[in-house]
Amino acid sequence: MAFEPSTGVAAVRAGMLAGRAWGGAMSLLRFAIVVAGTFLGLLAITFFIGRVVPIDPVLSVVGDRATKEVYEAARQAMGLDRPLIVQFFSYVGDVLRGDLGRSVSTGRLVIDDLARVFPATLEMATTGIVIGVALGVPMGVVAATRQGSLVDQAIRVLGLLGYSVPAFWLGLVGLAVFYAGLGWVAGPGRVDIFYDGLLDPVTGLYLVDSLIAGEWDIFRNAVSHLVLPASILGFFSLAYIARMTRSFMLDQLGQEYVTTARVKGVPERRVVWRHAFYPIRIQLITVIGLSYASLLEGSVMIETVFSWPGIGNYLTTALLNADMNAVLGATLVIGAVFILINKISDVLYRILDPRARR
Amino acid sequence: MSVPLLEVEGLTVTFPTARGPVDVVRGISFSLGRERLGIVGESGSGKSMTGRSILRLIRPPGHVSAGRLVFDGIDLLALSERRMRALRGARISMVMQDPKFSLNPVMTVGEQIAEALLTHAKLPRRALKARVLSMLEAVRINDPERVAGLYPHEVSGGMGQRVMIAMMLIPEPDLLIADEPTSALDVSVQAQVLDIIDDLVTGKGMGLILISHDLNLVARYCDRILVMNGGEIVEECRASELHLARHPYTRGLLAAMPRMDEDRDVLPVLDRGAWTTGAGT
Repeated sequence: MAFEPSTGVAAVRAGMLAGRAWGGAMSLLRFAIVVAGTFLGLLAITFFIGRVVPIDPVLSVVGDRATKEVYEAARQAMGLDRPLIVQFFSYVGDVLRGDLGRSVSTGRLVIDDLARVFPATLEMATTGIVIGVALGVPMGVVAATRQGSLVDQAIRVLGLLGYSVPAFWLGLVGLAVFYAGLGWVAGPGRVDIFYDGLLDPVTGLYLVDSLIAGEWDIFRNAVSHLVLPASILGFFSLAYIARMTRSFMLDQLGQEYVTTARVKGVPERRVVWRHAFYPIRIQLITVIGLSYASLLEGSVMIETVFSWPGIGNYLTTALLNADMNAVLGATLVIGAVFILINKISDVLYRILDPRARR
Repeated sequence: MSVPLLEVEGLTVTFPTARGPVDVVRGISFSLGRERLGIVGESGSGKSMTGRSILRLIRPPGHVSAGRLVFDGIDLLALSERRMRALRGARISMVMQDPKFSLNPVMTVGEQIAEALLTHAKLPRRALKARVLSMLEAVRINDPERVAGLYPHEVSGGMGQRVMIAMMLIPEPDLLIADEPTSALDVSVQAQVLDIIDDLVTGKGMGLILISHDLNLVARYCDRILVMNGGEIVEECRASELHLARHPYTRGLLAAMPRMDEDRDVLPVLDRGAWTTGAGT
């Protein structure tokens, strides 16, 4: 390398590239193992807890007046007479084939139910997190740059409210004011009753489906139904995101390299956004990811208040009915969402933080 | 030294505390031509605050006041924040202490140097790049093209500090404040970094304020020395005459330095009673 610097460097580069490809394959494999392990663990825990709880899934099928013979027949039909471990592995086998079983309470395949309820939650949660990020991040930054000012105090109070106000109360008050009182938004449900069932479920997201179908009326109606619950969810994530952004920014603004930027004569706006805010994008991704994941779990309170047929509602109903297939299926979806969001944050980390790149 | 580059009169920096306001710099006065001035003192003596207050970078709730704070005929205290910003970097610049903390971790070295220049001058891309690379060469970085693309965590401390110097000198300021520029570095690279600063500063006929706690170092690289203690200037002398210093604090500092050619069992410690006036110290 000392004699022929250019070819030497090229060889090292090529070696590094090959190493990187190999490392990439390895990390993909490791990722697959981690995901599979996480899923298996999640399945096992949910499955065994579901079998241990003192509720009888057979009773929820045959009713409590069935004869012993009918009960036993149903029990065998459901495969519940087999040893627990056998049941577990047969369930895992089914899941791998894409069969989540049939829901006792709705009588439909769990996978079909999930295809119906998850998009409802996804639509609301995504709108909510967009509102939360779009408002929460700038609010946090502004609060930090004017620490102690009136604006800062106002944002902190708002953040405190987001922490302490119960969701269902805010939902009810929101409905009372904006729906019943002012009539600015539509009431509970995803669309008005006479639009219901008109859309072909392509994605299950009403906003997207109505656009695909070119149904502007339905789109407008769906928006007006979505605005209030999504804003309330947005408010809660906004409160959290703004608080975290504020404290990250305060920490950043005290850093030496922010002073360095000021020494260079960089305008304050650029100091704040380019020098102080850039590094915290990485921490914010974690905060936003967690916040989004918790919204995707489905807010049972909000979904109940707004009669929103989402996954939170579905899971709660299934739990109360000892509908174990539905519970397991919904838990799996939520677990998958968590893993996916975590993985996306990891990738974004690597893109945004030069220190995490290899 | 006909017209001084910087005139400071009665500079005071005050911070409010729970027990009332505390003056960390107490009405100090000095002036500076296109020469190398050293400010020495222990931690908390107010030397860094003096440097930062010249750039008006004391963050609230800290407060700066002075009878006169004039740079090249410009009254710094009367400037709007906007005009002050135009001066920072372009005419007065500051090398910070530790490149590990003072370089932005998510911007490449080249970007950060370029930003220092772009803030004050519009330049076409190509010329900008050429300037950055030649500046990196000026601070004796061998492979400027490669280093410009590195992130701060990928360079060593000594190289980081040379990058810092490049960044602060690229707009060709008239006054450079170097605030403990080598305290975070290994002894072996300290001299290297200071030599670079010295070369560039004398080569361009700039003024330099070298802030340090290291008497030897300051004596070697400066023309004049201010010794600060408890927010006040207790001694002012030519660097070559440091050994003639009379103030008990300076004498104490000098006495506390071990020498190669002597054999002492115990180094003397400072006897603060010899000079404290009572207030605050």
